[in-house]
Amino acid sequence: MTMDFQEQNISSHNFEQCTKCTVCTAYCPVTAVNALYPGPKQAGPDGERYRLKDPEFFEKALKFCLNCKRCEVACPSGVRIGDIILAARIAHTKERPSLRDTMLASTDLMGRTATICAPVVNVALALRPVKYLMDLTVGIDSHRRLPKYSSTKFTTWFRRNAAERQKEFSRQVAYFHGCYVNYNYPDLGIALVKLLNAAGTGVRLMEAERCCGVAKISNRLIDEARHDAEINIAAVRKALAEGCQAVVATGSTCCFTMRDEYPHILGIDNSDVRDSITMATAWLYRMIESGDVKLAFRKDFRLRLAYHTPCHMEKLGMANYSIGLLRMIPGVELTVLDSNCCGIAGTYGFKKENYETSQAIGSKLFRQIAEINPDFVTTDCETCKWQIEMSTPYKVKNPIEILAEAIDVEATAKLNRK
Amino acid sequence: MKKIGKHYDVIVVGGGATGAGVARDCSLRGLKVLLIERFDFTAGATGRNHGLLHSGARYAVTDRESATECIKENMTLRRIASHCVEETGGLFITLPEDDLGYQKTFIDACRAAGIEAEAIDPALARRLEPSVNPALVGAVKVPDGSVDPFRLTMANVYDAKLHGADVLTYHEVTDFIRSSTRIEGVVMKDLRNNGEGISATADVTVNAAGIWGHMIAEKAGVSVKMFPAKGSLLIFGHRVNNVVINRCRKPANADILVPGDTVCVIGTTSDRVPFESVDRMEVTPEEVDVLMREGMQLAPSLATTRILRAYAGVRPLVASDDDPSGRSISRGIVCLDHASRDGLEGFITITGGKLMTYRLMAEWATDMVCKKLGRTGLKCVTAERPLPGSEQTGKQEKLRGMGAKAAAGRHGTLAADIAADKDSDRALVCECEGVTVGEVRYAIDKLNVDNLITLRRRTRMGMGTCQGQLCICRAAGLLEEKHGCVKRQLDDMRDFINERWKGMRPVAWGDAVAEAQLMAWMYAGNAALNQSDNTLIQL
Repeated sequence: MTMDFQEQNISSHNFEQCTKCTVCTAYCPVTAVNALYPGPKQAGPDGERYRLKDPEFFEKALKFCLNCKRCEVACPSGVRIGDIILAARIAHTKERPSLRDTMLASTDLMGRTATICAPVVNVALALRPVKYLMDLTVGIDSHRRLPKYSSTKFTTWFRRNAAERQKEFSRQVAYFHGCYVNYNYPDLGIALVKLLNAAGTGVRLMEAERCCGVAKISNRLIDEARHDAEINIAAVRKALAEGCQAVVATGSTCCFTMRDEYPHILGIDNSDVRDSITMATAWLYRMIESGDVKLAFRKDFRLRLAYHTPCHMEKLGMANYSIGLLRMIPGVELTVLDSNCCGIAGTYGFKKENYETSQAIGSKLFRQIAEINPDFVTTDCETCKWQIEMSTPYKVKNPIEILAEAIDVEATAKLNRK
Repeated sequence: MKKIGKHYDVIVVGGGATGAGVARDCSLRGLKVLLIERFDFTAGATGRNHGLLHSGARYAVTDRESATECIKENMTLRRIASHCVEETGGLFITLPEDDLGYQKTFIDACRAAGIEAEAIDPALARRLEPSVNPALVGAVKVPDGSVDPFRLTMANVYDAKLHGADVLTYHEVTDFIRSSTRIEGVVMKDLRNNGEGISATADVTVNAAGIWGHMIAEKAGVSVKMFPAKGSLLIFGHRVNNVVINRCRKPANADILVPGDTVCVIGTTSDRVPFESVDRMEVTPEEVDVLMREGMQLAPSLATTRILRAYAGVRPLVASDDDPSGRSISRGIVCLDHASRDGLEGFITITGGKLMTYRLMAEWATDMVCKKLGRTGLKCVTAERPLPGSEQTGKQEKLRGMGAKAAAGRHGTLAADIAADKDSDRALVCECEGVTVGEVRYAIDKLNVDNLITLRRRTRMGMGTCQGQLCICRAAGLLEEKHGCVKRQLDDMRDFINERWKGMRPVAWGDAVAEAQLMAWMYAGNAALNQSDNTLIQL
């Protein structure tokens, strides 16, 4: 009697599902510009076999991986190539994360501290000697402009100005604002509250929110990241249990990290809530599609926009929601830019050793933006925004900001009043 | 017919581990040697086994003599062939359905044979080797390891050549030059040159042709009754275990799991097969079943690990009494002087034994050669002198990148001879196994590489997960630099793909089928390799 091994013997090892077609390497933004990087196939599934044989085969060049996950999007066999590489870096890098990496990774700690005396910090960080010194001492490239800190945190604004009236709405979503909105750019959070309130939806903060952890993960501060992640997921569960329809984010990387990196890299089971963590644009688009929300737009709104698809938006598969919403605005002329990595990849591009790679990766994107010459670039990722603003003369806005500007608030509110 | 002008002291027939070992031993003792192989080195049973560095424990209870030889050679190979050996250690595990009482018999027998065997707590065994069946109720630690038979054989050939041996591959012995009572030389067919006849003479001819030694002996007019016992094995896509796992019971099917280089191998089966089939070994679905079913008992995760391929070799056992499987035939060495046995001078057969005891077999055979030549003063040094690659040269290998590290594993200290200065030297040909352009060129120059299949045996190119999908076109380009013939390389690629497919076919499902199909499309589409009678991969 023969057993049915053809049915049974399907590999449970994700890296063994690779059929070596190499499409991942063709799509890797780093491989194209940095010859020192072995490429996702080599660094991922190929390297994994060797590392299982002997951890000595771990190559330091894996640090050049951006963790953009474009390899995973390209893979026809569902191999989690980026995860394999990231997990190998975490498991096999012997050195402790440096002071610089720890600083860059601690977005919430730095934010909490810096917002207290934001004007001083902003001026100081923009000074040439300071930048030069940071370049020299810790290795933050002097070409970089660190994002400005806001003197009022988003959460402070929310509690003072918005929290009370959210109770008027029967439909509620929880907002995962992330470090950037909270410490650097509260205006985006304010725009979201304006937009969703007009759409008949109350916004609430989560009971506890920590940094999503992406910066800590990519800088290998795994225990710290897991600690934050557990707090976040508990808060997500609580918000949903208390009747929120979804937990929405305006930053694609925060959203992606909580959905995918938590289970894949940090080993946190989020399967019960994963589908409820989504991009604000995705949630809104679906509500409009189902007829639960209607938007009315200003007649006088005119803009030429170019949409840039962030890597993690590509991975989430949610770019079309943002694009779809922007296309609903009658006065918007939208060009969707070719899907290319901008090169910054969070803290990656701030590191001195990555500056050239980072700019080389982004060059295709920068060129295309210049050719289109839009009024604004729009994208769902804050670090893409920094990179494009640092590398081109164009201002970048989140689609939520554009929508909040484009709607006729009164008319929209009326349409959605029950 | 061409004749090789030089007269040799000894002609060695067979390019497996034994033949290579005899050629090395003879040439180190200063004899003039010709080594002849019908196809390629390691093409027979040498390249078709577990690659297990036996401690001898497996034979301790049933075959003391072999066990003693094994442990002695095991320790010798660790010294002289360090770059071919991985000192992984081994476990003999007892599962709930096995007799735990056997463990004591086993340990006593091991110790009597000089094998260190120590019973350890099952919990410790699980820590030593996390993939082991967690249900185990007993474990014994023994000095097993793994040995790469390709490297081991080539290091012997390399050293034989360094010491003046001549070497012919793709030369098939078709007849002997003889007087009434003496073998005076061989007649060969050059398989790469339209079967052109060629002859060579020597005082002594050594038959080291493994299972084919049966036929070689027949051609010489003597009879060596061999017992062809087929053994099938499966290779998995990566290393599931880092310690050899054996079953603590009387030797049976599929009870050894050996980690070797980037893979692990489960085996074997044992079945008598007819002589007519020994050139066409294929693994049957029933054998795959047995290997999987039993393999999962050793390491349950094998069930969900990708199988790369299946292969089978034929053990050159020497027939004794009636034993349908060959399991109880001794693995002991058989060294026959056909002068005293059959009245035929100048002819020796060395057979039986195991990969583990190849060196000892070579020593015995060479001792007999020297006796026949009347040069008994020549002492064997192979137990002390390290093989090329395992010498402590003090030369520092250039370990830049994964390819260089992998090459150092494969060629030992000789890896220092591999070009690695330029980017183009370090570029990868085989991505799965980290074979660089430099390594391929080195193999072509130094290791008797003639085609892609021989290149695979020397370097592991094409032995990884993709089974040649990405590397063979690159390697074919480098071979074309040598042969200067595109047509030849296209045929070479087709042969390689079909040879790989033969081993993939018995285990072709899931991702392996997808990959094979992709490979077929790539080469059919890009190199028009399906444009002849000899079509690619037939799914």
